Amino acid sequence: MAEVRLINVNKKFETAWTRRRATGESAGVLAVNQLNLTIQDGEFLVLLGPSGCGKTTTLRMIAGLETATTGQIMIGDREVNQLPPGDRDIAFVFQFYALYPHLSVIDNITFPLRAQKLPPDEIKRRVERVARLLRIDHILKRRPNRLPSGEQQRVALGRAIVRQPQVFLMDEPLTNLDASLRAEMRVELKHLQQELGTTMVYVTHDQTEAMSMSHRIAVMNLGVLQQVGTPLEIYNRPQTLFVANFIGSPPMNLIPARLHDGRQIASEDGPLRLDLNGHRLQADSAQDGDRKVLLGVRSEDMHLADETDAADVSGVVTVREPLGDETIYQVETEAGALLVKTPPRIVRQPGDRVGLTIDRRRIHLFDRATEHSLLV
Amino acid sequence: MTTLEINHLSKSFGRVQALNDLSLGVHSGEFLILLGPTGAGKTTTLRCVAGLEKPDSGMISMGGARIDGLSPAERDVSFVFQSYALYPRKTVYENMAFPLRAREMPADAMRSRIQDVAAKLRITELLQRRPAQLSGGQQQRVALGRAMVREPRMFLMDEPLTNLDFKLRVEMRAELKRLQKELGATFFYVTNDQVEAMSMADRIAILSQGVLQQIDSPETIYTRPANLFVAGFVGSPRMNFLDCVFDPAARALVADDQTWQMPLSPVQLNTLERSASGGYVLGLRAENVEPVWESAPGVIPGQVYVVEPLGDRTLVDIKIGASMIKAKVPPTFAAQTGESLGVRFDHDRFSLFNKSTGEVVL
Repeated sequence: MAEVRLINVNKKFETAWTRRRATGESAGVLAVNQLNLTIQDGEFLVLLGPSGCGKTTTLRMIAGLETATTGQIMIGDREVNQLPPGDRDIAFVFQFYALYPHLSVIDNITFPLRAQKLPPDEIKRRVERVARLLRIDHILKRRPNRLPSGEQQRVALGRAIVRQPQVFLMDEPLTNLDASLRAEMRVELKHLQQELGTTMVYVTHDQTEAMSMSHRIAVMNLGVLQQVGTPLEIYNRPQTLFVANFIGSPPMNLIPARLHDGRQIASEDGPLRLDLNGHRLQADSAQDGDRKVLLGVRSEDMHLADETDAADVSGVVTVREPLGDETIYQVETEAGALLVKTPPRIVRQPGDRVGLTIDRRRIHLFDRATEHSLLV
Repeated sequence: MTTLEINHLSKSFGRVQALNDLSLGVHSGEFLILLGPTGAGKTTTLRCVAGLEKPDSGMISMGGARIDGLSPAERDVSFVFQSYALYPRKTVYENMAFPLRAREMPADAMRSRIQDVAAKLRITELLQRRPAQLSGGQQQRVALGRAMVREPRMFLMDEPLTNLDFKLRVEMRAELKRLQKELGATFFYVTNDQVEAMSMADRIAILSQGVLQQIDSPETIYTRPANLFVAGFVGSPRMNFLDCVFDPAARALVADDQTWQMPLSPVQLNTLERSASGGYVLGLRAENVEPVWESAPGVIPGQVYVVEPLGDRTLVDIKIGASMIKAKVPPTFAAQTGESLGVRFDHDRFSLFNKSTGEVVL
């Protein structure tokens, strides 16, 4: 078990084209840009972002499958930049299981141990434990390609776990499973990591996976680390517009507004007015005059009211989406179209006029130019 | 008014029976969604209606007249394909004109029809653009417009949102539902995504292995599923299923492993006394399982297995005896793996299924 540290890590992919045209410092695509990140010993850290954000490149650099252009990668107290993957004491699980189809499940699992020349009774002890943990005792003699995908996935995990590496690296291992199996594996994987206590770095583009499984999430976009925090920190206090937009379903409502004298928020369109009472602005944000901002409100932090007088803003219901345990309303207001999440017992129909009140303790505020949060 | 009537439709491909005696009706102006897993027979149904597939037996009629003998072009239905099926080199106007040119419609009539449809869809100002210059939502409108210019009696849609990214899909759900209501159009729509079905449909018809399982409003499907298949397929997280037996002496349902009891009302008792099932499955949605810290009568002891924070809510997986149960709690709820806690079942909101047939009993 070990801590993983990335210090000022950059990764530039150069193509023949960029090298030819380059003058002085070469151009190329900066896949990872000045990344500083410490993954604590025993932590389950998820790298989250859309495709092309640099999350897989980061994971592959930790694994040794890519070389960092500049910067330092540490596993425990060893710098591993120059070490080949096999010497890094890590285990990698991919989206595609990469099991040996001609070997039985047990031979697939013991393969890395026999390569390490471990004594047979040690191998037996480890396999028994892993098989019990993953509930694959009953299929050890079978061939993997005859098994359902959920069991194949567990065999792939078993092969990684049995090596007892310092760090697990996983790249979207649940992506190819159907929804209900994915939900089940999320729970099992999280439980397993807690039981083993092994450091885990896990890449996904699925915010539900990231939120539900991790100790901390590192959100990346265009090679740049946006924010690192616990799931609830990321959800409740997104530091950039990108994070606010990427996390949450349905997406956060973002209302174009002006911040006046660092105290009052007024929507660009419509009558929405809010005081910043109880919120503190970032040190450099309390300027006089008007600042162009986006007011962010999650759909569950707005409430429907029949009284339109006392409401913050009013409008007409255009769409009602009953989802069973909750209902989402789209309301066309003077401040724009807003989404409101309500308990299922609240029923309104398209065409109904409703008021919306905003939970002031739970608002977000972003500078439209920098796209950074203005609230502390 | 029923626009489309499907009666006793069956269809096999070789030895695989894709549709088994399917009967359902689509009302005029309705958004009806056919929901089911891959291989349930959804697309086959749609293709039979469109005339792209010939059923082995059964009847399909529209507005009271049989259409099964008609060619696809004569059926007055229009398939809406995904937005990316637009011709990229043609303007929006030319994309919409394409099906009309194929019918050799006079130029004046064509122009005015396209203008009418464009106005309804609010894409008049986009007519000279090319698809690549449009947002995803605008492209979807154009795809719909291309189907609308033919003035069909019904729109058929086969998973039109599947390939969109998550955010756009959420946006397009609301957009499609709004358009359907504004236009008063009849949509017959196929998907395997239960959230899509719940959020958009007036009614959902659930298919499994070619057999209709239930057809009803989203709310009824969610709160009163007709059988175990529907209960397990609709809702996220999946409904908790717990094996139990009926104990007439205790006037309660009792877990197979004795870990819990669910008291029954006189009406429920009456129903169960007349039912002859040996075993039952109790179905409980995660929001109807309440974790509690104090032990009290009726509280079932358990242990936290995993806590899953999702932001607006948290899921807690709790081990009760040999079974695992999921509870949905507010995000402020704090618990650690391994902690002991109790759960209370909501005695008013549960489903009970016959274990051998899967049919709902209570």
